Amino acid sequence: MQPRAPSSSTPCLLDVQGLRTWFHTRAGVVKAVDGVSLQVKQGEILGLVGESGSGKTITGFSLMNLVDKPGRIRADRLFFDGRDLQTLSAKDYRALRGNQMAMIFQDPMMTLNPTLRVDTQMIETVQAHESVSRSAARARSIDMLVKVGIPAPAERMSVYPHHLSGGMRQRIAIAIALLNSPKLIIADEPTTALDVTIQGQILYEVQKLCRETGTALIWITHDLALVSGLADRLAVMYAGRIVETAPTADIVRGAQHAYTHGLMASIPTFDTRGHSLFQIPGSTPSPLNMPEGCPFRTRCYRATPQCAQAPVFEEVAPAHGVSCWHRGIEEL
Amino acid sequence: MSALVFTALYLVGDPVSMLASPEATDAERELIRQSLGLDLPLWRQYLIFLNKALVHLDFGNSFLTGEPAMRLILDRMPATLELATAAMALAVLIGVPLGIYAGLKPESLGARSVMTSSVLGFSLPNFWVGLMLIMVFAVFLHWLPAGGRGPVETFGPIQLSIFSWEGWRSLILPVTTIATAKCALIIRVTRAATRECLPLDYIKFARARGLSEARVLGVHLLKNILIPIVTIAGLEYGQVFAFAVVTESVFSWPGIGKLLIDSIITLDRPVVVAYLMLTVVFLSLLNLVVDIIYTILDPRVQAKAGA
Repeated sequence: MQPRAPSSSTPCLLDVQGLRTWFHTRAGVVKAVDGVSLQVKQGEILGLVGESGSGKTITGFSLMNLVDKPGRIRADRLFFDGRDLQTLSAKDYRALRGNQMAMIFQDPMMTLNPTLRVDTQMIETVQAHESVSRSAARARSIDMLVKVGIPAPAERMSVYPHHLSGGMRQRIAIAIALLNSPKLIIADEPTTALDVTIQGQILYEVQKLCRETGTALIWITHDLALVSGLADRLAVMYAGRIVETAPTADIVRGAQHAYTHGLMASIPTFDTRGHSLFQIPGSTPSPLNMPEGCPFRTRCYRATPQCAQAPVFEEVAPAHGVSCWHRGIEEL
Repeated sequence: MSALVFTALYLVGDPVSMLASPEATDAERELIRQSLGLDLPLWRQYLIFLNKALVHLDFGNSFLTGEPAMRLILDRMPATLELATAAMALAVLIGVPLGIYAGLKPESLGARSVMTSSVLGFSLPNFWVGLMLIMVFAVFLHWLPAGGRGPVETFGPIQLSIFSWEGWRSLILPVTTIATAKCALIIRVTRAATRECLPLDYIKFARARGLSEARVLGVHLLKNILIPIVTIAGLEYGQVFAFAVVTESVFSWPGIGKLLIDSIITLDRPVVVAYLMLTVVFLSLLNLVVDIIYTILDPRVQAKAGA
């Protein structure tokens, strides 16, 4: 699998090649992430799209080095901001997390500690990385709550998470992620658990804040429609691998991989009104029992015997890479 | 409950036969019976007791010594409180860190040996552990006294032995005996709570924020697992306090457990009844304290109560 070279002059903030996160269980080796390559430039928004079980979340946790045992992370290249993450000590990695590289989780009801007040959790995040006074940390926290659109932030500081709604808690989690002005935020489906109106607001706020502060963002989601309105570039993930990556517009206009077609076709539009939606047949294969070669071939309408050999990741256009023997644009 | 105890002790035997000397004549026995009010029918004895206890908080005098039963118990209570508190404190101080360790690294050799020894801890009978400790540390090694309580210091009505080295030397063995079993239980509870709590998002999020491991475990984890630990520790504290009979007997510790067993043997009904009443009150108070601690530990409890 040959990843494309960083194509533009802007420096690469995150450069991942051949990331493999394997879980060595009694039942066998679960290759949750098996050769993911990603590049994120400074201030870029990357949408990481895939179905449940495709390894998107584990990819995010691997970048943060937060994979639980028995998971093991390896990569051919894992550089962030000019530093090789694979050589970092546990202490240095801790100093990086929440500081240069932050993460937002999926379920806002679970991300804040229920037994600690909001201000405790915000102030400790500042003080974990900088020796500033409590009052300075508090002031910065309140500023950040204002930025993420929380009304009456000073009062919100002294309550416990259970006093707040899901949307409010997710805003606080976002504010916490932004507290130390990170260079990269990994957002793992942060709007999935929220209702649609709040989703829109959060999406808008996050996009605005990232643009303002020049923070790069990896937005992990299964919702291609949602992320295509947000991201500069998309990476489509299937069974632990990136199958296609390109600028958002190129994917929307000219997706090459059969799986990406399937995802695009299953988005409801005005044209498909009254018809039943397209469905990709079958489900993600078990990670313990992956098909040889292209993992998608068992569900793919283009599959031929050739697909039993692993497809090569190739550039079909500048910054547009795809890993498929039978790639091509589909007229839907 | 007082009625139950009353009847049970009435059925077990006649206290007069325990009190009067074997040579006493029937007339003498009758005299004792009348002076203690035991000649009346049981239901009248019980009503008299209820009236005194409820109106005057007077639980009667000990048949044996003639002293007020409640005072006898209260005099001995500090000894038991001292023993129970020291034992529970030791159990928690050792059990919680070991339990967290076993929960963090369940596969490690250390954690496995902790869990195996905890099975021993609560399977071995208390009196046997006590006897073994006496054998080793008092009989063979002569390091510690085999029983009894060290010199006490008096603070008003309370006598405590924890202010002298000698006092502590006498405490070590009985405290270890009780703590062995309780510690094992606390290890298991802590381990289970830790394993339940660790994979939760807020622990991961705390790590994702770059907090130090000490803060993640010492604050974020500990505050959440303390709720089951406090529950168990509270219940067990009550158990130790109310039923330290075995350990106190083995070590001839002059606490209320020893008093209870002696009073049951001599059929000293006022003391037994007063003891049980006091225990009920103590356990209720203890539960109240545990509930109050809940609201401090878990803000969500307050919210539910307020709603």
